[in-house]
Amino acid sequence: MKLRLSQEDADFREEMRTFFTTQVPQDIRDTVAARRELSKDQVVRAQQTLNAAGLAVPGWPVEWGGKDWTPLQRHIWHEEMQLACVPLPLAFNASMIGPVIAQFGSQEMKERFLPATANLDIWWSQGFSEPDAGSDLASLRTSAVRDGDHYVVNGQKTWTTLGQYGDWIFTLVRTDPEAKKQAGISMLLIDMTSPGLTVRPIELIDGGHEVNEVFFEDVRVPAENLVGEENKGWDYAKFLLGNERVGVAPVGSTKRILAQAKEHAGDRLEQDPLLAARVAELENELLALELTALRVVADSADGKPHPASSVLKLRGTELQQDVTELVVDIAGPLSLASGAADGSDVPDWARVATPQYLNYRKASIYGGSNEVQRQIIAKTILGL
Amino acid sequence: MDFTLSSEQKALRDAVRGLLTSAYDSTETRREVVKDDPGFSEKTWARLAELGALGLPFSEEDGGFGAGPVEVSVVAEEIGRTLAPEPFVESVVLGGSLVAALGTAEQRSDLIGRLAEGALVLAVAHEDLGKPVTATQDGDAWTLDGVKEPVLHGARADVLLVTAALPGGGTGVFVVEGDAATRTGYRTHDGLRAARVAFDGTAATPLGEASDAAAAIEDAVARAQVAYCHEALGAIDVALHQTVEYLKTRKQFGVPLSTFQALTFRAADMYVSAELVRSTVSWATLVLADDPDRAREAAARAKLQVSRAARHIGQEAIQLHGGIGMTAEYSVGHYTSRLTAIEHTLGAGSDQLRVLASSVGEHGVVEPIA
Repeated sequence: MKLRLSQEDADFREEMRTFFTTQVPQDIRDTVAARRELSKDQVVRAQQTLNAAGLAVPGWPVEWGGKDWTPLQRHIWHEEMQLACVPLPLAFNASMIGPVIAQFGSQEMKERFLPATANLDIWWSQGFSEPDAGSDLASLRTSAVRDGDHYVVNGQKTWTTLGQYGDWIFTLVRTDPEAKKQAGISMLLIDMTSPGLTVRPIELIDGGHEVNEVFFEDVRVPAENLVGEENKGWDYAKFLLGNERVGVAPVGSTKRILAQAKEHAGDRLEQDPLLAARVAELENELLALELTALRVVADSADGKPHPASSVLKLRGTELQQDVTELVVDIAGPLSLASGAADGSDVPDWARVATPQYLNYRKASIYGGSNEVQRQIIAKTILGL
Repeated sequence: MDFTLSSEQKALRDAVRGLLTSAYDSTETRREVVKDDPGFSEKTWARLAELGALGLPFSEEDGGFGAGPVEVSVVAEEIGRTLAPEPFVESVVLGGSLVAALGTAEQRSDLIGRLAEGALVLAVAHEDLGKPVTATQDGDAWTLDGVKEPVLHGARADVLLVTAALPGGGTGVFVVEGDAATRTGYRTHDGLRAARVAFDGTAATPLGEASDAAAAIEDAVARAQVAYCHEALGAIDVALHQTVEYLKTRKQFGVPLSTFQALTFRAADMYVSAELVRSTVSWATLVLADDPDRAREAAARAKLQVSRAARHIGQEAIQLHGGIGMTAEYSVGHYTSRLTAIEHTLGAGSDQLRVLASSVGEHGVVEPIA
């Protein structure tokens, strides 16, 4: 057992910290620090800056731009980005479809998509959930029927995050309606400019437009866009969701927002013992989460995830929500000024507090709801 | 950064586990042992000494084995797993740390030497009811007056280490032969022992110099707090495991309890608490070993986390067992009782939170790694 980073890892941390705080454009980092919405252009520029330095997709195979890093180095990379207010590489590209294509795609598919995916020349959207297929994803009904060299796709996807920016969408579609539910599913890559495909925004409780519905009406998709084999889509989806768990506990950004909250509170930390106690308790819970993340990466060097990794999504999103809630409470009545424009005397952080709080109620729902995580812990870890 | 035990540390763990699981092979065996004074097994204490466990953290010069906080944590965790009532943390970690930090060469050699051999039970008389024991000097001689209570294992102790107010201000530590004080022992709710210890012009010897030892006391308390936290980890692991097994085997309405999601989700939350607290407590031990300037902060953080997890898991373990969890015959309630005692020994969660809250504005983010 030892506490300190090795010299090599400490040097690596310094290198990451320097890069993120000096090479990523300041306007982008300022937007993240202010908890304001990033534009498409900012997300693309950030990822392209990282990709030019070989830092966008370290988890991929080395031949496609990945890095031969240790799990601890990947953890440091991920944490330092968050602490430096650098937007993480777009998850749909870097953590979801990229690794699936690298693992299961044909050589042609890899060459066609992987470099453009790493560089965010293609913006991917995710087409998994449907109105009647949420936590029970395998009950999805969007169909793809083979017609010569094409599939004809009909149905509806929903909760498609940032689908308004999407160039391509990776979808789960039913190719064998006779098979039992997981067995008849395939993964299909679809150009979002295809005729018959429409994107409709869903307005959320924070007033923002983050997610969408995507409709498919006789959309013709070339058969070469099938990932891997027909009816094996469920396996690829499980692989994808397994990768999603890496970095699902947003420790660094939650720590940063909690530190900002203390600045906003100012003298009240000394005057209000209840507030100080609440902050101290949150800091301690976050420390426990961060140390658990470190235990997981330190012990998963042999490739198998540590059993405690399932704790990370559950507790990480709870604490993310607790901290957004704290900021609203610190803002107090100023939090009502969420619609104030320039010229308001209410500081920016207080104006965004409630929309952020409302927005992050999503965190315990997406990526496998926290109830699904409890089910996983009970069944696969405790054997219940 | 590494959270795994070395092969020597694993061997130590296996040896202590073997010893304690044979000494306390059932709830009934432990109940028999704690029924009569001194509330633990002198034989098991001697066997822990033969294994080298009682001299682990002390320098070889003083009669110890030169091991560190990680080895201490390994022993404490096994004590917690078996609810062994032997006074390891009280004598070796808290008492021994004070002697090692403050004692003269002669005192160190005598007290630590006997402690490591299993020939000495040390008790630290620190808690009082708001009125400190006072020390009075007359030439070279010192006497103590006042009452300490509760003193864990105070009635059995061969030697008491007593914290007392010095005539010129500050807190000193004094060595008192156990039978020189007036002691009234009793049983605590977790089966262990404590005592009221009264001093009335009682002869005492300063441990080292008769000068303010507040810093050394705080450091020794931090070490003991972290060791208690490891004891709690052992107890938490067993309480969780027993609860999970019970949910699998107990049938109601014709089916195992594990078919009810209302129960399995609560077990999942217990697992989450158990993993989180293990992370913080293991970290605190690494801080003791590697970054002693942060020892008190790390101990406070660990003890706060233990407080939260021990209450959560201890309470849920009983509730998910139902009525059987309330009985003295069945073990799980004893784990909850011990966890409750650990929480309130050397500062409860609320005390730690007060300390941490008072300095919360002095840093930005909390950085675990030096």
